[in-house]
Amino acid sequence: MSFDMAQFHQVFFEESFEGLDVMESGLLGMDPGAADSEEINAIFRAAHSIKGGSGTFGFSDVSNFTHVMETLLDEMRDGRREVTADAVNVLLQSVDVLREMLIAARDGGSADEERVKEQSAELERVLADKDGSGAVAADVAASEPVEAAQPEAEAEAEVEPIGWKIVFRPHQHLMRTGNDPLRIIRELGELGELTSTCDVSDLPSLEELEPEDSYLSWDLRLIGAIEKTQIDEIFEWVEDDCDFAVIPILPEGFDATQAAAAPAQQAQPDQPAAPAVQAAPPPVERRQAERRASGSDRRQGNDRRQASGSAASSSIRVDIHKIDALINMVGELVITQSMLGMLGNDFDMSRVERLREGLTQLERHTRELQESVMGIRMVPISFSFSRFPRLVHDLSTKLGKKIELKMSGENTEVDKTVIEKIGDPLVHLVRNSLDHGIETPEERVAAGKPETGTVYLGASHRGGNIVIEIRDDGRGLPRDKILNKAIERGLVKAEDNLSDKDVYDLIFQPGFSTAEQVSDVSGRGVGMDVVRRNINELGGAIEIESTPGEGSAIIVRLPLTLAILDGQTIRIGKEIYIVPLVSIIESIQIDESMLSTVAGKGETFKLRDEYLPIVRMHEAFGIQEHDAHKLTDGILVVVEGEGRKCGLFVDDLLGQQQVVIKSLEANYRKVDGISGATILGDGSVALIIDIPGLMRLAKNGGGRGRPHLALTA
Amino acid sequence: MTDVDNTVEVEEDEGAGVEYLTFVLADELYGVNILEVQEIRGWEQVTRIPNSPHYVKGVINLRGTIVPIMDLRLRFNLEAEEYTKETVVIVVRTTDRRGEQRSIGLVVDAVSDVLVAREEHIVGTPEFGANVPTENITGLVTDDENMVMLLDVSSLLEADCDTDQGEAA
Repeated sequence: MSFDMAQFHQVFFEESFEGLDVMESGLLGMDPGAADSEEINAIFRAAHSIKGGSGTFGFSDVSNFTHVMETLLDEMRDGRREVTADAVNVLLQSVDVLREMLIAARDGGSADEERVKEQSAELERVLADKDGSGAVAADVAASEPVEAAQPEAEAEAEVEPIGWKIVFRPHQHLMRTGNDPLRIIRELGELGELTSTCDVSDLPSLEELEPEDSYLSWDLRLIGAIEKTQIDEIFEWVEDDCDFAVIPILPEGFDATQAAAAPAQQAQPDQPAAPAVQAAPPPVERRQAERRASGSDRRQGNDRRQASGSAASSSIRVDIHKIDALINMVGELVITQSMLGMLGNDFDMSRVERLREGLTQLERHTRELQESVMGIRMVPISFSFSRFPRLVHDLSTKLGKKIELKMSGENTEVDKTVIEKIGDPLVHLVRNSLDHGIETPEERVAAGKPETGTVYLGASHRGGNIVIEIRDDGRGLPRDKILNKAIERGLVKAEDNLSDKDVYDLIFQPGFSTAEQVSDVSGRGVGMDVVRRNINELGGAIEIESTPGEGSAIIVRLPLTLAILDGQTIRIGKEIYIVPLVSIIESIQIDESMLSTVAGKGETFKLRDEYLPIVRMHEAFGIQEHDAHKLTDGILVVVEGEGRKCGLFVDDLLGQQQVVIKSLEANYRKVDGISGATILGDGSVALIIDIPGLMRLAKNGGGRGRPHLALTA
Repeated sequence: MTDVDNTVEVEEDEGAGVEYLTFVLADELYGVNILEVQEIRGWEQVTRIPNSPHYVKGVINLRGTIVPIMDLRLRFNLEAEEYTKETVVIVVRTTDRRGEQRSIGLVVDAVSDVLVAREEHIVGTPEFGANVPTENITGLVTDDENMVMLLDVSSLLEADCDTDQGEAA
């Protein structure tokens, strides 16, 4: 039976990356000296799952590496080892290395061997760093010889075994699970030269014998150049229904005890105390119990976390409650449908009231169903936030600052695509706060502030949007410095009277930085243009608030989902378009006094103290029939995109509605000034306007030299 | 079992023939591989796409998917015709060069027949020079003494729905 394991790879990697996150957050939350056993348990289980999975899938370097981590964690869990800051730090670094290894394995590459080796050595150093633990471990190893062999097998190292000794003890119920020991033994026989010794000592007398139970166990010797994973694969299906151990048979000159010590010695030849520690494995039976426990734990975890945070994966894990709700709702819908169907079969005007009721019900159910379906894509923002404790931990050490991270609203749900895309911009903003916002402890004390700075990261729902705030109690943005820099670069004039907001907006200019020296962490301003672009691409907006000496706040507003948007329907002639509500500042009717032209052609209007260009939509989109010819007849929709504003000249505003975004590119192609399409209530298609794209289109006079697209009257 | 046998017989009867749906376009006969035909619909109001080639009439909502509609008469520089209730839209679905499935609706005058064309009966398209566009025709086949031009739908898609060039607006 050949079995394609590759199909499970994705799930394995997803679970492993999730496990790494659990380990990381667990380790960060661990107080040296007073570790919570639940916490360590969770970390241990995550490591254990990764080890088990990677072993199964043949990523032996990963399982070997995890094994050492696991040993260390196991000792901490059993209280045989004190939780030291050093150990936690080494484990944290190991999580990083492990992540790299898994990413490499996923992408089919190989991890940086040097780094893995170095980190292994670090782990071994910590492991060897404690006396006494070795003795305890050795006891365990001695008392349970069969199980003790397990880790060596996994840590096979460089001594090539000539074959394997396999102990196979089926549990009584094995055959009831549909498995057959004989088939397993036959399969083993296909791998190499197999000799077997059957142990019949458990066989009961004939009267007591249950023919469907299995009582036999086997000691098998399998000789040949065989990978341990090949054997593991055969036992895959029965691993919970039997005890089995795979022990390498080493070439002449190695006996079993030597085999136990050899791999560990090779890993760290200068640490003679370690091999015994290395040989302290969790016994097989305990491991099974844990596997089960970790299974249920994972499920619990899913309620909280619901989906994998891995950006590369395209699958999504959904809270079972959401699915249940969905099924319920579909049930309701079916009932409503059949009710309406019955009404329709035999309808007269006396029942019109009932029909109306039915239709109302249908409308409600449909809306609920739509919301629930959308909800499937929603995952808590904690997926994005979870990396920040680590980031702040590492960065504050590096910068020599004392910083506390406070988070709130981690359970706020956002569309999965948004989560994936918001990660990098958020990292950038938090790094900025840490690097430039928060002062050094000395500076803070001098300024009469507490030594420890606070960075607050929060998410919340506000009016159909999600608002993410990054707030710090640092020194605030240096208004004068930014202004001087901008004047120096010719972005603004010294005599311009800019508001604070305008000044802060300057840091979004490409390449704008006020940092005297750009540190390796960041330079405030460097890349802020990219941050803003990324957020704009998500249909969001970014804003800065700052008070000198008291701190600054960056507020990011994002749509809840990329699949639905709040739109304003506009009409030009007979054509209907959707303008995303988030881009609209206001809609106004203008009078002659607000209008003027630039160079005789470019139409502008004065909105309060700004002169904004006018884009005549019928020209930009080449619409022949349109009602309003004079600017004062139609309506100007004032929109903003990528920091620029303009007025869209349209015939009429129709209404606001939520629209489901459909791709135009799936069957056609990208159209300038259009971001997608949607289907209106009457089944017809309306195109959604891409505001920044439209502005570019208008600015370039259509981009392809179409005369009718020029921004002229 | 009998079903399977029948199928095999049918296939043997018709050799390595490929079925084509033929349609009329200004008194000319064209054919598209019937496996690429998704459905045949009447003309309905479309939503215009700004700044598109004149032969791309717009998009329709096909059960939740946005499908572009192309007027083949205009595409082939034939004389335009008023749309009536009889105007037919053939929705074809094919795989583009990136391996992605795409749909497009083709406005034609009328659907004609299903034609089985064997490989050996398909002849190459003669060269007419630049005035007569033949790049979307894979070959010619004779059906009841009429010439049928076999249309390569994916090349139509590629030229018009995939690139930024080729616009004659």
